[in-house]
Amino acid sequence: MVLNDKDQTIINVTWHGRGGQGAVTAAMILAEAAYIDGYRGVTAAPFFGVERRGAPITATTRFSRTPIRTLTPTAKAEVVVVLDERLMQVVDVLGGLKADGLLILNSSNPPEKFCADRDIAVATSDANSIAEEIGLVVAGTVLINTSLLGAFSKASGLVSMESLEKAIRKNFNPKAAQLNFRGAQLTYEATRTNRVWHLPVRQN
Amino acid sequence: MGAKLSRVQVIAAYPITPQSKIPETLVKYVESGELGAEFIRVESEHSALTVCISASTVGARVFTATSANGLAYMHEQLHWAAGARLPIVMALANRGLGAPWTIFNDMQDSISQRDTGWMQIYCRDNQEILDSILMGYKISEQVHVPMMVCFDGFVLSHTVMPVEIPEQEQVDAFLPPYVPHLQVDGPEPININPVMLAEPRANAQGVACPSYMGFRMRLQETLEKAGEVIAKVGGEFGKIFGRSYDCLLWEYKTEEADTILLTMGSLTNEASLAVDMLREKGHKTGVVGLRVFRPFPAQQLRQALSGAKQVVIFDKNISYGNEGATCTETKAALFEGGLRPSIANYIVGLGGKPVAASDLEGATLEFLGMKGRVNGPQWLGISV
Amino acid sequence: MASEKDQFVSACATLTRGEAGKTGDWRAKRPVIDLNKCTPCKKQKDTCYLCWLYCPDGTVKRRIPIEIDLTYCKGCGVCAEVCPTKAIRMEAEEKFALSECSIQEEAE
Repeated sequence: MVLNDKDQTIINVTWHGRGGQGAVTAAMILAEAAYIDGYRGVTAAPFFGVERRGAPITATTRFSRTPIRTLTPTAKAEVVVVLDERLMQVVDVLGGLKADGLLILNSSNPPEKFCADRDIAVATSDANSIAEEIGLVVAGTVLINTSLLGAFSKASGLVSMESLEKAIRKNFNPKAAQLNFRGAQLTYEATRTNRVWHLPVRQN
Repeated sequence: MGAKLSRVQVIAAYPITPQSKIPETLVKYVESGELGAEFIRVESEHSALTVCISASTVGARVFTATSANGLAYMHEQLHWAAGARLPIVMALANRGLGAPWTIFNDMQDSISQRDTGWMQIYCRDNQEILDSILMGYKISEQVHVPMMVCFDGFVLSHTVMPVEIPEQEQVDAFLPPYVPHLQVDGPEPININPVMLAEPRANAQGVACPSYMGFRMRLQETLEKAGEVIAKVGGEFGKIFGRSYDCLLWEYKTEEADTILLTMGSLTNEASLAVDMLREKGHKTGVVGLRVFRPFPAQQLRQALSGAKQVVIFDKNISYGNEGATCTETKAALFEGGLRPSIANYIVGLGGKPVAASDLEGATLEFLGMKGRVNGPQWLGISV
Repeated sequence: MASEKDQFVSACATLTRGEAGKTGDWRAKRPVIDLNKCTPCKKQKDTCYLCWLYCPDGTVKRRIPIEIDLTYCKGCGVCAEVCPTKAIRMEAEEKFALSECSIQEEAE
């Protein structure tokens, strides 16, 4: 039996959130959307361990045009998504981002306010206000995980909104899916970037 | 999912990280009526397997799942299930054993149970887990030996990846309903597994009863031949589902390779990346990944390693006081064939320590630099 | 036998503050004490202290007035639940806004 041995470029996405914010769910929906978009290798995983509500957690999504053979934790990601901007003070978010990477933040601040001293691209979107406005609230918690997928689509250009919609619909009942996708759409539109980001082409 | 498609009739399991998701999912299927099985709630793993043994004895297709200390707690019943020749299939999310506590992945749990008479299959990815469970029933119901389908806890159990889910009709065609080989409550009720003596003797009706050791011998003979059944069923599976498993081990770029990396489980895929990196640097390397550990595919292994001058064996387990289990067994297999490559044994990834392709590459380069035999197992990435 | 202690023989954890880091950062709701309702404060006597007894993280200081160490309080709300005089309210953390959360300087 012979394994696949084609070259593969892997896009690593790291999610930073807090237990209960749905970072792991978002990582998995992104993997599904990427698969629908035609990426044949996709994986999504939480940072292995115990998750606790409120505690900083990470999750990862990987996708590639060919099957993925690695399952080790992502060291440096092409894209980092931060669900709670306060985490920037707690976790070494930038340490896990490549020098030419893209940082996506859930924040009401403009992208220029972040990491001006670095070469990274920054995108921000105020998913909290959007989710609150459209009533994406469960048991008093404003849900912004799926909304941030819209920001991911806009800022990275790696996954289409059509695929995201399909993936979201697969994961929620019709009513919840409608609301979650609406959040993603509005967040897509509200996403601001400090500059256009393209997936860097690398040798090897 | 595999258990559902296999139309299991009785499930008994006790939750333990990282296996918990399996019983949680199955109980939902049972509750919603999607799966017409009996889910029996138990207070321990020992009871879980006991329930499976009883249900299997009276003719049900049964399923259980566990990890680490849960498997260790089943130990006595593992022997019983194999000795009673029951075709139980178990999903095992590999996890390290305490003390000290760990919830993370290594293979110490299943390797510690290698002498219980169960077949053990190790999966590289989530598709293989599903497929192996479907094949597992077909195989164990043919040879009447239980099977553990082992996969790396968290690394596989908590990673989402694309899995093709076969149609129920296809599975039904591949896996017909279980027909037990023994009827306990037939016209002449029987008492099963009574005390067997060391020598054959005549019972009260004057019928000769076999000896205990004879049963042990037959179990061994069956396992010796089970490899053929595993490969045959794997081939049949491939014809129906398009993914063939007609092998007991995986090979990657082994042709003309003078150095082989030997792995098991998800590490096999990681090692294939390491080989790509090593080949770019001009090292003729390849991977042999064990898919089946029990029965041990000694002959296939000899064949796969026949051209190798060096073999680097990565074990996510250790037999304390000796070395990694796959290393010992590989050496024994090579000895039989008169093969004498130089061998290094690296103990890796215990308690969930990540093992990246670059780690495997580094270890291989280190060994190649040593040019010769290494004494004892090396601990990858650990300095004490 | 080696006299030096080998850290890899017996795994152990010792009593320490903040084994899991500054867990106050996990908090979604903050306990706010109304000292006019709190029994020990009202009576100026070492009494009640149920919040101290029940706090799973030992963040309540047994003194008058009682104090809660917000560096480690996870905001679970057990104290508010057990308080017999309902002197503790759980208030949304956002109210205490981290406007002081100066992003620019933390960017590095």
